[in-house]
Amino acid sequence: MEEKIILNIYRQDPSIEQKGQLQKFEVPYVDGMVVLDAVRYVQEKLDTTLAIRWNCKAAKCGSCSAEINGMPRLMCKTRVDTVGHNITVTPMGAFPLIKDLVTDVGENWEILRKIPKFTPREDMESPWKMQQMDVERSKEFRKCIECFLCQDVCHVIREHSTPYFGPRHVVKAASMDMHPLDSEDRSRMLDQVGGLGFCNITKCCQDVCPEHIHITDNAIIQEKERAVDNFYDPLARLIKRKKTKERSVA
Amino acid sequence: MAEQYLNTESDILIIGAGGAGMRAALAASDAGLKVTVVSKSLLGKAHTVMAEGGIAASLGNVDPKDNWQAHFGDIIEEGVYISNWRMAEILAKEAPQRVYELERYGALFDRTPDGRILQRAFGGHSYRRLCHVGDRTGLEIIRTLEDQVIHRQNVKIIDELYITSLLKKDGKVIGAIGLKMDKGEFHCFKAKAVVLATGGCGRVYKITSNSWESTGDGLGLAYRVGAKLQDMEMIQFHPTGMVYPPGVKGLLVTEGVRGEGGILYNSKMERFMERYSPQKKELDARDVVARANYAEIQEGRGTEHGGVYLDISYKGADFVKQKLPSMYMQFMEFAGVDITKEKMEVAPTTHYQMGGVRVDPDTGMTDVKGLFAAGEIACGLHGANRLGGNSLADILVFGKRTGEGATDYAKTAELVEVREEDIQNEISRVLSFLKPDGINAYDLIDELTSTMSDNVGIVREPDRLNIALAKILELKEKYPKVSAPGGRKYNHGLLAAMELSNMLVATEAIVRSAIMRPESRGAHTRKDFPKKDRAWLKNILCSDVGGEMKLDTEPVPTIPAELMELVKQEVY
Repeated sequence: MEEKIILNIYRQDPSIEQKGQLQKFEVPYVDGMVVLDAVRYVQEKLDTTLAIRWNCKAAKCGSCSAEINGMPRLMCKTRVDTVGHNITVTPMGAFPLIKDLVTDVGENWEILRKIPKFTPREDMESPWKMQQMDVERSKEFRKCIECFLCQDVCHVIREHSTPYFGPRHVVKAASMDMHPLDSEDRSRMLDQVGGLGFCNITKCCQDVCPEHIHITDNAIIQEKERAVDNFYDPLARLIKRKKTKERSVA
Repeated sequence: MAEQYLNTESDILIIGAGGAGMRAALAASDAGLKVTVVSKSLLGKAHTVMAEGGIAASLGNVDPKDNWQAHFGDIIEEGVYISNWRMAEILAKEAPQRVYELERYGALFDRTPDGRILQRAFGGHSYRRLCHVGDRTGLEIIRTLEDQVIHRQNVKIIDELYITSLLKKDGKVIGAIGLKMDKGEFHCFKAKAVVLATGGCGRVYKITSNSWESTGDGLGLAYRVGAKLQDMEMIQFHPTGMVYPPGVKGLLVTEGVRGEGGILYNSKMERFMERYSPQKKELDARDVVARANYAEIQEGRGTEHGGVYLDISYKGADFVKQKLPSMYMQFMEFAGVDITKEKMEVAPTTHYQMGGVRVDPDTGMTDVKGLFAAGEIACGLHGANRLGGNSLADILVFGKRTGEGATDYAKTAELVEVREEDIQNEISRVLSFLKPDGINAYDLIDELTSTMSDNVGIVREPDRLNIALAKILELKEKYPKVSAPGGRKYNHGLLAAMELSNMLVATEAIVRSAIMRPESRGAHTRKDFPKKDRAWLKNILCSDVGGEMKLDTEPVPTIPAELMELVKQEVY
């Protein structure tokens, strides 16, 4: 007998329906299949009006983010045999719903526009030289595929109305702040505009990151420390002021 | 009642936000023009992110003997002499500048011990030439360009917008009409020049390494307004795609694995590439290695799941995790295979279209005025076989050039009024798909892609090609009955219905061109004509003549003598 799995998929078009509901589908099981395969089976064979967002099906583009049995995950990277044969798939809860499993993640690019772009030092001779060791530090953050699962799981974003940019955007800032030849310091901006202080380091974001980026440990805490060192540490402030004076005297 | 739509006027409309589209946008933005970029997927999700191994540029950081002349020779020879020499020359000369420029935009490449950009070996390149970021070079390029583009004031980005047709008046392309999927709104774009950067058509095959969006949309759009499609029979099959589990069949295994020392074995544990290519072995060009893998599997020396083995485990866990981190994760999480300890199972997978819309090498203009094309959608550079790493170089070099070409054109062109009737007709055409009880487009797409994978693969024979052509024509007959239930907002059924028309143009061109070329050259292998033929040193062109696809040939443009000195004489 053909093995089947049961999918309970969230359905709602908020422009015409007040409330959504879970709709049950039966899908044949194929060895090694991922949740996206099952959801696409529904879309192609059972109901072509089901809205999903996907693209590469290789965990490289970060389009197919959703909540699988309540956990923020990539549908293309979640094997059915790891989540059981009765699976509930709902859209990301932290973003406005467009339709069914598709949410409006557009606000993320508005935030990205506020983060100053890479600003190289001006004194560099071309072609630039950098050491692999220095490159490695920023490389971790560049693995980010902008799936926004970290934004989705973040309780500061989900449950509170704060200016906090969210984990993805701290990672973006850190990727440039830790570029060996960047001359900008984004920590102040993150602190004053981006609500960095609202993050209370629960580390949920790094637990759900499909790229296994140590978001809290290596990006958020580093940026927080940088902000504190540069702008709140009284001793550092004094030294800085003295240096500035010396420079202006010279 | 007339349908509502939104209007956008810009100097340049760019369709597609992969590497080529974004680089073209930067070029036009640098010139101070007003640019609109539209993309089918979300910004930053384009197929470019799938590129793994690196970008080819003759910096000579690892092999000081490398130079543009050597790169040029490799492109022409491995493209089996049907590449456009001028495009090859431009790419070889300008790729290094584009790589350094990308670094100034903020990309972080892996480094040599003395701090310069590190370069790795790749199939068919005479020297170690691929600048890379581990095995996710494409992602680094997309993020870097995205960061530049979103900070430009004169670039407007509209994502999740599907262009349904181009607008043409008096022989010139003057804009486009599209459907914004997440809103269900129609848009009319007026522009002085339009750039196609829509990528390839890899999804017309069932087994493919390509993203969902690679349905050959640009081919259909350009073909319908009179542009010519060139060398469409040249479809690249990447030698190494995953074969197991079934859910990931076709998923790419980067050539970087072989570049870093990966060895291919058959089920008898023979290193079979020693037989097929005693000199270059695993690092011969993709067409050669793909055919070898295919032959081993066909002749019964394949693995349990119908592949061959690829081994990098002998290099040690630390090396593999540092050089190929994505591959390590991909096999661990999808297949449960630890590639630092076990061999991978791989088989050829559809990867790239060398053919596409014919363009002017210097400006990227197609055969239709006002319409430009860059990247995988454009044809000419790669000839009969693309070298790894040349596509990332292609999108940057020709993205920039085409952005500039379109800029120069736009400076002397005017915005043209679009007739309201034309807009309404196009909107009605799209909406006419929205009805219940027709044929589900996905069913036809399924038939089409299976037909292509079964009959128009690595080794082609006339009977099979004719079966495929008959199927394509049958599906074309059925096409008017395609429909989709539901509304206009985020309706994938509707989108599939529109994509299918482009997939039919792409496949018809592939199969008709494959039937026409009676020789084996590069990626095109004919069982009945196993050798290449001097008489076919030609490019095949497909064009729309009164609703029928007509084929034509043209001799490959002659390489000037001073450049010919850089190339080995072709041997027959």
